[in-house]
Amino acid sequence: MNYQKGEAEMAAIKADQTLDCKGLACPMPIVKTKKAMDLLEAGKVIEVLATDKGSLADIQAWAKNTGHQYLGTVMEGEVLQHYLRKASSDEAIESKRYSDTIANEELKQKLERGDRMTILDVREPAEYAFNRIPGAISIPLGELEARLSELHPEDEIQVVCRTGTRSDMACQLLAEKGFARVNNVVPGMSEWTGPTENN
Amino acid sequence: MNASAGIKGMTSKELTRRILAKEDLFILDVRNENDYNDWRIEGERIVSLNIPYFELLDGVDNALEQIPANMKLLVVCAKEGSSMFVAEQIADAGRTNVHYLEGGMKSWSEHLEPVFIGELQDGGAVYQFLRLGKGCLSYMIVSGGEAAVIDAARMTDRYMAFAQARGITIKHVLDTHLHADHISGGRQLAERTGAAYWLPPKDAEEVTFAYEKLEDGRDITVGRAVIRIQPVYSPGHTIGSTSFVVDAQYLLTGDILFIESIGRPDLAGRAEDWVGDLRDTLYDKYKELSPELLVLPAHYGKMSELGEGGKVMARLSDLYRHNPGLNLQEEEAFRRAVTENLPPQPNAYEEIRQANMGKIKPTEEEQREMETGPNRCAVHDQ
Repeated sequence: MNYQKGEAEMAAIKADQTLDCKGLACPMPIVKTKKAMDLLEAGKVIEVLATDKGSLADIQAWAKNTGHQYLGTVMEGEVLQHYLRKASSDEAIESKRYSDTIANEELKQKLERGDRMTILDVREPAEYAFNRIPGAISIPLGELEARLSELHPEDEIQVVCRTGTRSDMACQLLAEKGFARVNNVVPGMSEWTGPTENN
Repeated sequence: MNASAGIKGMTSKELTRRILAKEDLFILDVRNENDYNDWRIEGERIVSLNIPYFELLDGVDNALEQIPANMKLLVVCAKEGSSMFVAEQIADAGRTNVHYLEGGMKSWSEHLEPVFIGELQDGGAVYQFLRLGKGCLSYMIVSGGEAAVIDAARMTDRYMAFAQARGITIKHVLDTHLHADHISGGRQLAERTGAAYWLPPKDAEEVTFAYEKLEDGRDITVGRAVIRIQPVYSPGHTIGSTSFVVDAQYLLTGDILFIESIGRPDLAGRAEDWVGDLRDTLYDKYKELSPELLVLPAHYGKMSELGEGGKVMARLSDLYRHNPGLNLQEEEAFRRAVTENLPPQPNAYEEIRQANMGKIKPTEEEQREMETGPNRCAVHDQ
Protein backbone atom coordinates (compact mmCIF):
# COMPACT_ATOMS: atom_id res chain seq x y z
CA MET A 1 0.00 0.00 0.00
CA ASN A 2 1.29 3.43 -0.85
CA TYR A 3 0.64 5.08 2.46
CA GLN A 4 2.92 7.85 3.52
CA LYS A 5 3.25 10.32 6.34
CA GLY A 6 2.88 13.85 5.09
CA GLU A 7 5.96 15.69 3.98
CA ALA A 8 6.01 19.18 2.59
CA GLU A 9 7.04 17.98 -0.85
CA MET A 10 4.24 15.42 -0.96
CA ALA A 11 1.68 18.17 -0.55
CA ALA A 12 2.56 19.36 -4.01
CA ILE A 13 1.31 16.28 -5.87
CA LYS A 14 -0.49 17.53 -8.94
CA ALA A 15 -4.04 16.45 -9.61
CA ASP A 16 -6.50 17.46 -12.32
CA GLN A 17 -9.29 17.92 -9.81
CA THR A 18 -9.62 18.29 -6.06
CA LEU A 19 -12.68 17.05 -4.21
CA ASP A 20 -13.21 18.30 -0.68
CA CYS A 21 -14.88 15.74 1.57
CA LYS A 22 -13.46 17.08 4.81
CA GLY A 23 -15.84 16.77 7.72
CA LEU A 24 -18.07 14.30 5.89
CA ALA A 25 -18.83 10.96 7.50
CA CYS A 26 -19.08 7.64 5.76
CA PRO A 27 -20.63 6.96 3.19
CA MET A 28 -20.42 10.52 1.78
CA PRO A 29 -16.69 10.60 0.85
CA ILE A 30 -17.14 7.57 -1.42
CA VAL A 31 -20.55 8.71 -2.71
CA LYS A 32 -19.05 12.06 -3.75
CA THR A 33 -15.88 10.48 -5.16
CA LYS A 34 -17.99 8.20 -7.33
CA LYS A 35 -20.02 11.13 -8.67
CA ALA A 36 -16.89 13.16 -9.41
CA MET A 37 -15.23 10.16 -11.04
CA ASP A 38 -18.24 9.62 -13.31
CA LEU A 39 -17.72 13.12 -14.73
CA LEU A 40 -13.93 12.98 -14.92
CA GLU A 41 -12.16 12.37 -18.21
CA ALA A 42 -10.41 9.00 -18.49
CA GLY A 43 -6.78 9.07 -17.43
CA LYS A 44 -7.19 12.17 -15.25
CA VAL A 45 -6.18 12.25 -11.62
CA ILE A 46 -8.42 13.29 -8.75
CA GLU A 47 -7.35 14.27 -5.26
CA VAL A 48 -9.91 13.52 -2.53
CA LEU A 49 -9.53 15.31 0.79
CA ALA A 50 -11.21 13.52 3.70
CA THR A 51 -11.10 13.49 7.48
CA ASP A 52 -13.02 10.23 7.93
CA LYS A 53 -10.28 7.67 8.71
CA GLY A 54 -12.45 4.86 7.39
CA SER A 55 -12.18 6.39 3.91
CA LEU A 56 -8.65 5.00 3.53
CA ALA A 57 -9.59 1.31 3.42
CA ASP A 58 -12.90 1.98 1.68
CA ILE A 59 -11.52 4.08 -1.17
CA GLN A 60 -8.91 1.42 -1.93
CA ALA A 61 -11.50 -1.37 -1.95
CA TRP A 62 -13.89 0.73 -4.03
CA ALA A 63 -11.18 1.56 -6.61
CA LYS A 64 -10.21 -2.09 -6.85
CA ASN A 65 -13.83 -3.11 -7.48
CA THR A 66 -14.46 -0.44 -10.09
CA GLY A 67 -11.13 -0.77 -11.91
CA HIS A 68 -10.00 2.77 -11.15
CA GLN A 69 -6.35 3.19 -10.27
CA TYR A 70 -5.68 3.94 -6.61
CA LEU A 71 -2.35 5.79 -6.52
CA GLY A 72 -1.85 6.43 -2.83
CA THR A 73 -2.71 8.49 0.20
CA VAL A 74 -0.83 11.22 2.01
CA MET A 75 -1.60 12.26 5.60
CA GLU A 76 -1.47 15.99 6.25
CA GLY A 77 -2.33 16.42 9.91
CA GLU A 78 -5.93 15.26 10.26
CA VAL A 79 -6.56 15.29 6.51
CA LEU A 80 -6.19 12.24 4.30
CA GLN A 81 -5.34 13.10 0.70
CA HIS A 82 -6.29 10.20 -1.56
CA TYR A 83 -5.13 10.11 -5.20
CA LEU A 84 -7.04 8.17 -7.85
CA ARG A 85 -6.76 7.98 -11.61
CA LYS A 86 -9.82 7.30 -13.69
CA ALA A 87 -9.60 4.09 -15.67
CA SER A 88 -10.06 4.18 -19.42
CA SER A 89 -11.52 1.10 -20.96
CA ASP A 90 -9.64 1.45 -24.23
CA GLU A 91 -6.24 2.02 -22.65
CA ALA A 92 -5.06 -1.54 -22.54
CA ILE A 93 -6.45 -2.71 -25.87
CA GLU A 94 -5.36 0.19 -28.06
CA SER A 95 -2.80 -1.13 -30.52
CA LYS A 96 0.77 -0.07 -30.08
CA ARG A 97 2.47 1.23 -33.15
CA TYR A 98 5.99 2.16 -32.11
CA SER A 99 8.31 -0.73 -32.91
CA ASP A 100 11.33 -0.25 -30.64
CA THR A 101 10.43 -1.77 -27.29
CA ILE A 102 12.35 -2.92 -24.25
CA ALA A 103 10.95 -5.46 -21.81
CA ASN A 104 10.70 -4.63 -18.10
CA GLU A 105 13.20 -7.39 -17.34
CA GLU A 106 15.76 -6.09 -19.82
CA LEU A 107 15.49 -2.57 -18.43
CA LYS A 108 15.96 -3.97 -14.94
CA GLN A 109 19.20 -5.65 -16.06
CA LYS A 110 20.44 -2.45 -17.69
CA LEU A 111 19.78 -0.59 -14.44
CA GLU A 112 21.68 -3.23 -12.48
CA ARG A 113 24.63 -2.87 -14.86
CA GLY A 114 24.53 0.90 -14.41
CA ASP A 115 24.11 1.65 -18.16
CA ARG A 116 23.94 5.32 -19.09
CA MET A 117 20.41 6.18 -20.18
CA THR A 118 17.48 8.45 -19.48
CA ILE A 119 14.30 6.97 -18.03
CA LEU A 120 11.37 9.14 -18.99
CA ASP A 121 8.15 8.58 -17.03
CA VAL A 122 5.17 10.01 -18.95
CA ARG A 123 2.46 9.20 -16.38
CA GLU A 124 0.61 11.83 -14.37
CA PRO A 125 2.61 13.53 -11.59
CA ALA A 126 0.61 11.80 -8.85
CA GLU A 127 1.36 8.38 -10.30
CA TYR A 128 5.05 9.28 -10.50
CA ALA A 129 5.04 10.67 -6.93
CA PHE A 130 3.92 7.42 -5.32
CA ASN A 131 5.89 4.85 -7.29
CA ARG A 132 8.62 5.22 -9.92
CA ILE A 133 11.89 3.75 -11.16
CA PRO A 134 14.77 5.40 -9.25
CA GLY A 135 16.24 8.27 -11.23
CA ALA A 136 13.34 8.48 -13.69
CA ILE A 137 12.40 11.98 -14.80
CA SER A 138 8.76 13.07 -14.98
CA ILE A 139 7.17 14.67 -18.03
CA PRO A 140 3.46 13.77 -18.36
CA LEU A 141 2.45 12.83 -21.90
CA GLY A 142 0.27 15.92 -22.23
CA GLU A 143 3.24 18.22 -21.53
CA LEU A 144 5.85 16.36 -23.57
CA GLU A 145 5.70 18.38 -26.75
CA ALA A 146 6.14 21.64 -24.86
CA ARG A 147 9.01 20.31 -22.77
CA LEU A 148 11.16 18.57 -25.43
CA SER A 149 14.05 20.90 -24.65
CA GLU A 150 14.52 19.09 -21.34
CA LEU A 151 15.66 16.00 -23.28
CA HIS A 152 18.67 15.39 -25.50
CA PRO A 153 17.97 13.91 -28.97
CA GLU A 154 21.19 11.86 -28.94
CA ASP A 155 20.55 10.19 -25.54
CA GLU A 156 19.23 6.67 -25.14
CA ILE A 157 15.74 7.20 -23.66
CA GLN A 158 13.54 4.51 -22.11
CA VAL A 159 9.96 5.74 -22.00
CA VAL A 160 7.71 4.25 -19.37
CA CYS A 161 4.09 4.59 -18.27
CA ARG A 162 1.72 2.18 -16.52
CA THR A 163 0.81 -0.27 -19.29
CA GLY A 164 2.85 0.84 -22.31
CA THR A 165 0.13 2.84 -24.09
CA ARG A 166 0.95 6.42 -23.13
CA SER A 167 4.66 5.64 -23.53
CA ASP A 168 3.95 4.29 -27.03
CA MET A 169 2.43 7.63 -28.00
CA ALA A 170 5.33 9.46 -26.36
CA CYS A 171 7.84 7.36 -28.35
CA GLN A 172 6.06 8.19 -31.60
CA LEU A 173 6.18 11.89 -30.77
CA LEU A 174 9.86 11.74 -29.84
CA ALA A 175 10.72 9.84 -33.06
CA GLU A 176 8.92 12.47 -35.14
CA LYS A 177 10.97 15.15 -33.43
CA GLY A 178 14.23 13.47 -34.32
CA PHE A 179 15.02 11.46 -31.23
CA ALA A 180 16.76 8.35 -32.60
CA ARG A 181 17.45 6.11 -29.58
CA VAL A 182 14.05 5.81 -27.96
CA ASN A 183 12.48 2.62 -26.55
CA ASN A 184 9.01 1.92 -25.21
CA VAL A 185 9.18 -0.01 -21.90
CA VAL A 186 6.65 -2.85 -22.00
CA PRO A 187 4.47 -3.44 -20.22
CA GLY A 188 5.61 -0.71 -17.80
CA MET A 189 5.02 0.13 -14.14
CA SER A 190 1.96 -2.10 -13.73
CA GLU A 191 4.26 -5.12 -13.70
CA TRP A 192 7.54 -3.57 -12.66
CA THR A 193 9.40 -5.77 -10.15
CA GLY A 194 12.65 -3.81 -9.99
CA PRO A 195 13.58 -1.13 -7.47
CA THR A 196 11.25 1.84 -6.98
CA GLU A 197 11.27 5.12 -5.11
CA ASN A 198 8.70 7.73 -4.15
CA ASN A 199 8.64 11.32 -2.93
CA MET B 1 -28.74 12.08 8.42
CA ASN B 2 -32.34 11.59 9.56
CA ALA B 3 -33.98 8.25 9.26
CA SER B 4 -36.72 8.13 6.66
CA ALA B 5 -40.12 6.78 7.60
CA GLY B 6 -39.38 3.36 6.16
CA ILE B 7 -36.50 2.37 8.43
CA LYS B 8 -36.09 2.01 12.17
CA GLY B 9 -33.06 2.21 14.39
CA MET B 10 -32.13 -0.73 16.58
CA THR B 11 -30.04 -0.07 19.68
CA SER B 12 -27.16 -2.27 20.80
CA LYS B 13 -29.23 -3.10 23.87
CA GLU B 14 -32.12 -4.37 21.76
CA LEU B 15 -29.73 -6.33 19.57
CA THR B 16 -28.20 -7.90 22.69
CA ARG B 17 -31.65 -8.89 23.92
CA ARG B 18 -32.45 -10.53 20.57
CA ILE B 19 -29.19 -12.45 20.50
CA LEU B 20 -29.66 -13.72 24.06
CA ALA B 21 -33.28 -14.62 23.35
CA LYS B 22 -32.11 -16.45 20.21
CA GLU B 23 -34.48 -14.61 17.90
CA ASP B 24 -34.02 -14.82 14.13
CA LEU B 25 -32.25 -11.88 12.53
CA PHE B 26 -30.69 -11.28 9.14
CA ILE B 27 -27.71 -8.90 9.20
CA LEU B 28 -26.45 -7.07 6.14
CA ASP B 29 -23.01 -5.79 7.13
CA VAL B 30 -21.96 -3.02 4.72
CA ARG B 31 -18.43 -2.45 6.02
CA ASN B 32 -15.50 -3.42 3.81
CA GLU B 33 -14.56 -7.06 3.46
CA ASN B 34 -11.46 -6.94 5.68
CA ASP B 35 -13.31 -5.38 8.59
CA TYR B 36 -16.10 -7.91 8.26
CA ASN B 37 -13.77 -10.89 8.10
CA ASP B 38 -11.86 -9.62 11.13
CA TRP B 39 -14.79 -8.95 13.40
CA ARG B 40 -18.58 -9.12 13.09
CA ILE B 41 -21.81 -9.61 15.03
CA GLU B 42 -22.55 -13.23 15.76
CA GLY B 43 -25.39 -15.15 17.33
CA GLU B 44 -26.93 -18.57 17.25
CA ARG B 45 -29.90 -17.40 15.17
CA ILE B 46 -28.13 -14.70 13.19
CA VAL B 47 -27.48 -15.06 9.48
CA SER B 48 -25.11 -12.45 8.15
CA LEU B 49 -24.08 -11.25 4.71
CA ASN B 50 -21.32 -8.81 3.80
CA ILE B 51 -21.74 -6.41 0.86
CA PRO B 52 -19.71 -3.19 1.24
CA TYR B 53 -21.84 -0.04 0.93
CA PHE B 54 -19.66 1.21 -1.91
CA GLU B 55 -20.86 -1.70 -4.04
CA LEU B 56 -24.43 -0.52 -3.49
CA LEU B 57 -24.05 3.08 -4.66
CA ASP B 58 -25.85 2.38 -7.93
CA GLY B 59 -28.67 0.39 -6.38
CA VAL B 60 -29.38 -2.47 -4.02
CA ASP B 61 -30.77 -5.07 -6.42
CA ASN B 62 -27.77 -7.31 -5.87
CA ALA B 63 -28.36 -7.22 -2.12
CA LEU B 64 -32.15 -7.71 -2.37
CA GLU B 65 -31.68 -11.00 -4.18
CA GLN B 66 -29.74 -12.33 -1.22
CA ILE B 67 -31.91 -11.03 1.61
CA PRO B 68 -34.94 -13.14 2.57
CA ALA B 69 -38.03 -10.94 2.49
CA ASN B 70 -39.67 -12.63 5.48
CA MET B 71 -36.84 -12.05 7.98
CA LYS B 72 -36.21 -9.02 10.13
CA LEU B 73 -33.27 -7.17 8.55
CA LEU B 74 -30.57 -5.22 10.38
CA VAL B 75 -28.09 -3.20 8.31
CA VAL B 76 -24.79 -2.62 10.08
CA CYS B 77 -21.76 -0.42 9.38
CA ALA B 78 -18.85 1.10 11.32
CA LYS B 79 -20.65 4.13 12.71
CA GLU B 80 -24.18 4.43 11.35
CA GLY B 81 -24.24 6.61 8.22
CA SER B 82 -23.63 3.94 5.60
CA SER B 83 -26.10 1.52 7.16
CA MET B 84 -28.84 4.18 7.03
CA PHE B 85 -27.89 4.99 3.44
CA VAL B 86 -28.27 1.34 2.41
CA ALA B 87 -31.29 0.61 4.65
CA GLU B 88 -33.22 3.51 3.11
CA GLN B 89 -32.63 2.19 -0.38
CA ILE B 90 -33.80 -1.26 0.68
CA ALA B 91 -36.95 0.23 2.25
CA ASP B 92 -37.53 2.34 -0.88
CA ALA B 93 -37.40 -0.88 -2.89
CA GLY B 94 -40.48 -2.00 -0.98
CA ARG B 95 -39.02 -4.07 1.82
CA THR B 96 -40.46 -3.75 5.31
CA ASN B 97 -38.97 -4.62 8.68
CA VAL B 98 -35.72 -2.86 7.78
CA HIS B 99 -33.50 -1.66 10.65
CA TYR B 100 -30.09 -0.10 11.03
CA LEU B 101 -27.82 -0.46 14.04
CA GLU B 102 -27.76 2.82 15.97
CA GLY B 103 -24.16 3.96 16.41
CA GLY B 104 -22.90 1.05 14.31
CA MET B 105 -20.12 -1.31 15.38
CA LYS B 106 -18.69 1.52 17.46
CA SER B 107 -21.59 1.45 19.89
CA TRP B 108 -21.93 -2.33 19.59
CA SER B 109 -18.36 -2.73 20.83
CA GLU B 110 -19.14 -0.55 23.85
CA HIS B 111 -22.41 -2.03 25.02
CA LEU B 112 -22.36 -3.74 28.42
CA GLU B 113 -25.26 -5.97 29.43
CA PRO B 114 -25.59 -6.93 33.10
CA VAL B 115 -26.57 -10.58 33.61
CA PHE B 116 -27.56 -11.89 37.04
CA ILE B 117 -25.33 -14.85 37.86
CA GLY B 118 -26.42 -15.89 41.32
CA GLU B 119 -26.95 -15.02 44.94
CA LEU B 120 -24.36 -14.97 47.67
CA GLN B 121 -24.78 -16.65 51.04
CA ASP B 122 -25.91 -13.49 52.80
CA GLY B 123 -28.33 -12.39 50.09
CA GLY B 124 -25.81 -10.44 48.02
CA ALA B 125 -25.38 -11.14 44.32
CA VAL B 126 -22.92 -11.57 41.49
CA TYR B 127 -23.55 -9.84 38.16
CA GLN B 128 -21.67 -10.55 34.97
CA PHE B 129 -21.36 -7.62 32.57
CA LEU B 130 -21.44 -9.08 29.11
CA ARG B 131 -19.68 -7.13 26.37
CA LEU B 132 -20.95 -9.05 23.37
CA GLY B 133 -19.17 -6.80 20.90
CA LYS B 134 -15.76 -7.73 22.29
CA GLY B 135 -16.31 -11.02 24.11
CA CYS B 136 -15.19 -9.36 27.36
CA LEU B 137 -16.70 -10.13 30.75
CA SER B 138 -16.51 -8.02 33.89
CA TYR B 139 -18.18 -8.49 37.26
CA MET B 140 -19.91 -6.70 40.08
CA ILE B 141 -20.09 -8.39 43.45
CA VAL B 142 -22.75 -6.83 45.61
CA SER B 143 -23.33 -7.26 49.32
CA GLY B 144 -24.82 -5.13 52.08
CA GLY B 145 -24.98 -1.95 50.01
CA GLU B 146 -21.39 -2.24 48.83
CA ALA B 147 -19.81 -3.56 45.66
CA ALA B 148 -16.54 -4.69 44.14
CA VAL B 149 -16.05 -4.42 40.38
CA ILE B 150 -13.66 -6.80 38.67
CA ASP B 151 -12.01 -6.33 35.25
CA ALA B 152 -14.00 -3.18 34.47
CA ALA B 153 -14.27 -2.05 30.85
CA ARG B 154 -13.57 1.62 30.08
CA MET B 155 -17.31 2.46 29.92
CA THR B 156 -17.30 3.24 33.63
CA ASP B 157 -20.63 5.13 33.49
CA ARG B 158 -22.38 1.83 33.05
CA TYR B 159 -21.15 0.36 36.38
CA MET B 160 -21.79 3.62 38.20
CA ALA B 161 -25.34 3.89 36.89
CA PHE B 162 -26.02 0.25 37.77
CA ALA B 163 -24.74 0.80 41.33
CA GLN B 164 -26.54 4.08 41.77
CA ALA B 165 -29.88 2.67 40.67
CA ARG B 166 -29.59 0.09 43.44
CA GLY B 167 -28.20 2.39 46.11
CA ILE B 168 -24.86 0.58 46.12
CA THR B 169 -21.45 2.12 46.85
CA ILE B 170 -18.52 0.78 44.83
CA LYS B 171 -15.77 0.23 47.42
CA HIS B 172 -13.25 -1.89 45.53
CA VAL B 173 -12.12 -2.14 41.93
CA LEU B 174 -9.92 -5.08 40.94
CA ASP B 175 -8.12 -6.21 37.80
CA THR B 176 -7.13 -9.87 37.55
CA HIS B 177 -4.15 -8.88 35.38
CA LEU B 178 -2.71 -6.22 33.11
CA HIS B 179 -5.05 -6.44 30.13
CA ALA B 180 -3.72 -6.44 26.56
CA ASP B 181 -6.97 -6.63 24.59
CA HIS B 182 -8.98 -3.78 26.05
CA ILE B 183 -8.44 -0.57 27.96
CA SER B 184 -9.13 -1.19 31.63
CA GLY B 185 -11.70 1.08 33.22
CA GLY B 186 -10.44 0.06 36.66
CA ARG B 187 -8.32 3.03 37.50
CA GLN B 188 -10.89 5.55 36.25
CA LEU B 189 -13.74 3.82 38.04
CA ALA B 190 -11.76 3.81 41.29
CA GLU B 191 -10.95 7.50 40.90
CA ARG B 192 -14.55 8.44 40.15
CA THR B 193 -16.03 6.48 43.04
CA GLY B 194 -13.26 6.84 45.60
CA ALA B 195 -12.87 3.06 45.64
CA ALA B 196 -9.58 1.27 46.23
CA TYR B 197 -7.89 0.02 43.05
CA TRP B 198 -6.28 -3.39 43.35
CA LEU B 199 -3.73 -4.87 40.95
CA PRO B 200 -1.37 -7.86 40.99
CA PRO B 201 2.02 -6.35 41.90
CA LYS B 202 3.94 -8.47 39.40
CA ASP B 203 1.88 -7.02 36.54
CA ALA B 204 2.10 -3.52 37.98
CA GLU B 205 5.86 -3.03 38.25
CA GLU B 206 5.84 -0.32 35.61
CA VAL B 207 2.55 1.44 36.38
CA THR B 208 2.64 5.19 36.88
CA PHE B 209 0.00 5.39 39.64
CA ALA B 210 -0.62 4.17 43.19
CA TYR B 211 -2.58 0.94 43.77
CA GLU B 212 -3.34 -1.71 46.40
CA LYS B 213 -1.44 -4.98 46.05
CA LEU B 214 -3.39 -8.15 45.40
CA GLU B 215 -1.64 -10.86 47.41
CA ASP B 216 -2.53 -14.32 48.62
CA GLY B 217 -3.92 -14.07 52.15
CA ARG B 218 -4.88 -10.40 51.79
CA ASP B 219 -8.65 -10.96 51.57
CA ILE B 220 -10.98 -8.20 50.49
CA THR B 221 -14.37 -7.79 52.11
CA VAL B 222 -17.54 -6.39 50.60
CA GLY B 223 -20.51 -5.34 52.73
CA ARG B 224 -21.20 -5.77 56.38
CA ALA B 225 -21.89 -9.45 56.01
CA VAL B 226 -18.32 -9.84 54.76
CA ILE B 227 -18.07 -11.47 51.40
CA ARG B 228 -14.55 -12.69 51.09
CA ILE B 229 -12.64 -12.21 47.89
CA GLN B 230 -9.60 -14.41 48.19
CA PRO B 231 -6.77 -13.67 45.74
CA VAL B 232 -5.04 -16.75 44.34
CA TYR B 233 -1.78 -16.07 42.53
CA SER B 234 -2.21 -17.89 39.21
CA PRO B 235 0.37 -16.80 36.62
CA GLY B 236 0.48 -17.85 32.98
CA HIS B 237 -1.42 -15.40 30.78
CA THR B 238 0.65 -12.71 32.50
CA ILE B 239 3.20 -13.18 35.25
CA GLY B 240 0.96 -11.45 37.80
CA SER B 241 -2.40 -13.02 36.86
CA THR B 242 -4.49 -13.47 39.99
CA SER B 243 -7.75 -15.36 40.34
CA PHE B 244 -10.40 -14.67 42.98
CA VAL B 245 -12.43 -17.08 45.05
CA VAL B 246 -15.62 -15.22 45.90
CA ASP B 247 -17.80 -16.30 48.81
CA ALA B 248 -16.32 -19.81 48.55
CA GLN B 249 -18.67 -20.33 45.56
CA TYR B 250 -17.19 -18.64 42.52
CA LEU B 251 -13.76 -18.68 40.90
CA LEU B 252 -13.01 -15.63 38.80
CA THR B 253 -10.23 -16.84 36.52
CA GLY B 254 -9.40 -13.71 34.51
CA ASP B 255 -7.68 -14.74 31.27
CA ILE B 256 -6.22 -17.97 32.62
CA LEU B 257 -9.13 -20.35 32.15
CA PHE B 258 -12.14 -19.93 29.86
CA ILE B 259 -15.12 -22.20 29.26
CA GLU B 260 -13.89 -23.85 26.07
CA SER B 261 -10.29 -22.69 26.00
CA ILE B 262 -7.39 -21.45 28.08
CA GLY B 263 -5.41 -18.20 28.14
CA ARG B 264 -2.51 -17.55 25.82
CA PRO B 265 0.87 -16.76 27.40
CA ASP B 266 2.36 -14.66 24.60
CA LEU B 267 0.80 -11.20 24.80
CA ALA B 268 3.68 -9.67 26.73
CA GLY B 269 6.23 -11.32 24.43
CA ARG B 270 7.14 -14.00 27.00
CA ALA B 271 5.37 -17.15 25.78
CA GLU B 272 8.30 -19.50 26.39
CA ASP B 273 8.91 -18.14 29.89
CA TRP B 274 5.32 -18.25 31.03
CA VAL B 275 4.16 -21.53 29.56
CA GLY B 276 5.37 -23.43 32.64
CA ASP B 277 3.55 -21.04 34.96
CA LEU B 278 0.36 -21.45 32.95
CA ARG B 279 0.59 -25.22 33.20
CA ASP B 280 1.27 -25.11 36.96
CA THR B 281 -1.74 -22.87 37.50
CA LEU B 282 -4.14 -24.96 35.42
CA TYR B 283 -2.92 -28.45 36.28
CA ASP B 284 -1.81 -28.01 39.91
CA LYS B 285 -2.96 -24.82 41.60
CA TYR B 286 -6.60 -24.92 40.42
CA LYS B 287 -6.71 -28.64 41.28
CA GLU B 288 -6.18 -27.72 44.93
CA LEU B 289 -9.37 -25.64 44.88
CA SER B 290 -12.86 -27.01 45.41
CA PRO B 291 -14.06 -28.72 42.20
CA GLU B 292 -17.52 -27.33 43.01
CA LEU B 293 -16.45 -23.72 42.34
CA LEU B 294 -18.28 -21.98 39.52
CA VAL B 295 -15.76 -20.57 37.05
CA LEU B 296 -16.41 -17.03 35.81
CA PRO B 297 -13.83 -16.00 33.17
CA ALA B 298 -12.93 -12.55 31.82
CA HIS B 299 -13.61 -13.57 28.22
CA TYR B 300 -15.36 -15.90 25.90
CA GLY B 301 -14.33 -16.64 22.33
CA LYS B 302 -17.26 -18.49 20.82
CA MET B 303 -21.00 -17.95 21.06
CA SER B 304 -21.31 -21.55 22.24
CA GLU B 305 -19.68 -20.49 25.53
CA LEU B 306 -22.79 -18.46 26.36
CA GLY B 307 -25.24 -20.44 28.42
CA GLU B 308 -28.82 -19.84 29.45
CA GLY B 309 -29.73 -16.13 29.52
CA GLY B 310 -26.22 -15.24 28.33
CA LYS B 311 -24.43 -16.52 31.43
CA VAL B 312 -20.81 -17.50 30.78
CA MET B 313 -20.15 -19.90 33.65
CA ALA B 314 -19.21 -23.52 34.32
CA ARG B 315 -18.33 -25.75 37.24
CA LEU B 316 -14.59 -26.30 37.65
CA SER B 317 -15.00 -30.08 37.75
CA ASP B 318 -16.88 -29.94 34.41
CA LEU B 319 -14.10 -27.93 32.83
CA TYR B 320 -11.56 -30.54 33.93
CA ARG B 321 -13.63 -33.04 31.98
CA HIS B 322 -14.50 -31.05 28.87
CA ASN B 323 -12.12 -28.14 28.31
CA PRO B 324 -9.47 -29.23 25.76
CA GLY B 325 -6.89 -26.95 27.39
CA LEU B 326 -7.18 -28.90 30.66
CA ASN B 327 -6.77 -32.25 28.95
CA LEU B 328 -3.28 -32.07 27.51
CA GLN B 329 -1.52 -34.49 29.82
CA GLU B 330 1.81 -34.45 27.97
CA GLU B 331 3.83 -31.39 28.92
CA GLU B 332 5.24 -31.08 25.40
CA ALA B 333 1.80 -31.24 23.80
CA PHE B 334 0.67 -28.49 26.19
CA ARG B 335 3.68 -26.36 25.32
CA ARG B 336 2.96 -26.69 21.62
CA ALA B 337 -0.74 -25.96 22.06
CA VAL B 338 -0.13 -22.66 23.81
CA THR B 339 2.86 -21.42 21.82
CA GLU B 340 2.27 -22.60 18.26
CA ASN B 341 -0.44 -21.72 15.74
CA LEU B 342 -1.84 -19.03 18.01
CA PRO B 343 -4.50 -16.72 16.62
CA PRO B 344 -3.31 -13.23 15.57
CA GLN B 345 -2.60 -10.96 18.51
CA PRO B 346 -5.32 -8.49 19.46
CA ASN B 347 -5.34 -5.11 17.71
CA ALA B 348 -2.84 -2.63 19.22
CA TYR B 349 -2.17 -4.97 22.16
CA GLU B 350 1.17 -3.38 23.00
CA GLU B 351 -0.28 0.15 23.08
CA ILE B 352 -3.19 -1.13 25.17
CA ARG B 353 -0.76 -2.54 27.75
CA GLN B 354 1.07 0.81 27.83
CA ALA B 355 -2.22 2.66 28.34
CA ASN B 356 -3.25 0.30 31.14
CA MET B 357 0.07 1.00 32.87
CA GLY B 358 -0.63 4.73 32.63
CA LYS B 359 2.40 5.25 30.39
CA ILE B 360 0.41 6.67 27.50
CA LYS B 361 -2.84 8.60 27.70
CA PRO B 362 -4.84 8.08 24.52
CA THR B 363 -7.97 10.15 23.90
CA GLU B 364 -11.36 8.44 24.03
CA GLU B 365 -11.42 8.26 20.23
CA GLU B 366 -7.95 6.69 20.20
CA GLN B 367 -8.96 4.21 22.91
CA ARG B 368 -11.95 3.18 20.82
CA GLU B 369 -9.72 2.76 17.79
CA MET B 370 -7.22 0.66 19.78
CA GLU B 371 -9.95 -1.69 20.97
CA THR B 372 -11.35 -2.38 17.49
CA GLY B 373 -11.78 -6.04 16.67
CA PRO B 374 -12.09 -9.29 18.58
CA ASN B 375 -10.29 -9.91 21.90
CA ARG B 376 -8.32 -13.05 20.99
CA CYS B 377 -7.04 -13.78 24.48
CA ALA B 378 -7.60 -17.52 24.33
CA VAL B 379 -5.40 -20.04 22.53
CA HIS B 380 -8.33 -21.40 20.51
CA ASP B 381 -9.87 -18.15 19.29
CA GLN B 382 -9.27 -18.31 15.57
